[in-house]
Amino acid sequence: MNQDLYQFALRLADTSLTMGQRLAEWCGHGPYLEEDVALTNVSLDLIGHAQMFYQLACDNSETSTSPDDLAFLRDVPEYRNPLITELPRGDFAYTTLKQYFIDVYHLHLYQQLSVSSDEQLAALAQKALMEVKYHLSRSEAWCQRLSLSTEEAHEKMQKALDDLWFYTPELFETDESMQRLMTASVIPDMGAIQTVWQQQTEQLLEDCQLAKPENGWMATGGLVGEHTEHLGYMLADMQFLQRAYPGCEW
Amino acid sequence: MVMSGLTARQVLAWLQAVKDPEIPVISIQDLGVLQAVEITNEQIVVKIIPTYSGCPAMYVIQDEIRQTLAEHGQHEVDIQLLNTPAWNTDMITARGRAAMKLYGIAPPISASDQVIQCPQCGSEKTTCISQFGSTACKALYRCESCLEPFDYFKCHA
Repeated sequence: MNQDLYQFALRLADTSLTMGQRLAEWCGHGPYLEEDVALTNVSLDLIGHAQMFYQLACDNSETSTSPDDLAFLRDVPEYRNPLITELPRGDFAYTTLKQYFIDVYHLHLYQQLSVSSDEQLAALAQKALMEVKYHLSRSEAWCQRLSLSTEEAHEKMQKALDDLWFYTPELFETDESMQRLMTASVIPDMGAIQTVWQQQTEQLLEDCQLAKPENGWMATGGLVGEHTEHLGYMLADMQFLQRAYPGCEW
Repeated sequence: MVMSGLTARQVLAWLQAVKDPEIPVISIQDLGVLQAVEITNEQIVVKIIPTYSGCPAMYVIQDEIRQTLAEHGQHEVDIQLLNTPAWNTDMITARGRAAMKLYGIAPPISASDQVIQCPQCGSEKTTCISQFGSTACKALYRCESCLEPFDYFKCHA
């Protein structure tokens, strides 16, 4: 069970860390000052969540490790985030819609995890949930604001949706390890999370007058460490200091 | 060894000097970050919780707790950063809210109080400029009466 929880904690932490890192790239590039500050504040929250879940992974690890080691010394095949979170940040519409999809996912996932049979996991999920609710109210408002404003903004949102939609089913994938956790009520039934996620997001797309793409190719691979080429570049950037100066602190 | 006769109450009184690095008028006790002090034979145990999970001020706060206790001759200190209870704005004391308002930050509203008042002029005509301000725990507002922008300490529950 410990090994399963270790793997699942990495899934949560890697998802939040890659999201947080991509948002941090907006620092100094936001559409205006207040929004620049908001983007990096959300980034900070997500990196905070990653740190909590890496600690959970450490507490369930068979070998001695630290949150920093897990973030900075693992390579691409060891990362377990879904592919959507490692995609390049794109334009503001793309970042906004991706954020919205992940916020809704986190909302329902953490709501269920906060009643997990594992007390530590439940406490961390409850803490993260409070912050995610606020993230969602912001990303949802921005989706509406962009989609229902100018033609150009609407077009960019539709383009973002056409690109991102096929990466979303991967969020709900499970492997044998997660299924054991589901049986033990440590984690919720991911299929049920997917159902509420779809209801909520499809309602917003309709409100925003965005057309959901026809079903087609679906991305997969994160759970088995098969990633897009983008993750390698992200890690090269993020891990440079620890790789070049092992153990460096400031 | 901790000096004999030292009480948790005394340590809490010393720790009133440790303020939030971002809002230097409110103590970590009034903010709800400082949860408990326990004295064992060997050391002083200080239990703290983070406000927001990624809050970078937690490192500074830990340093300041050590420094403050060192000034009182206490060097055997164990600071525990806990994840439970999850911090929320109801943990901010009335004294903390009053200090915040005097400092120019609108304190978080409670369930019975739905309007965010301008901390400068007290006007109730205020609008949100950005859902995030200078730190994760604040949002940016503007007063429509005196036209001053101000930070609002977000309700977090």
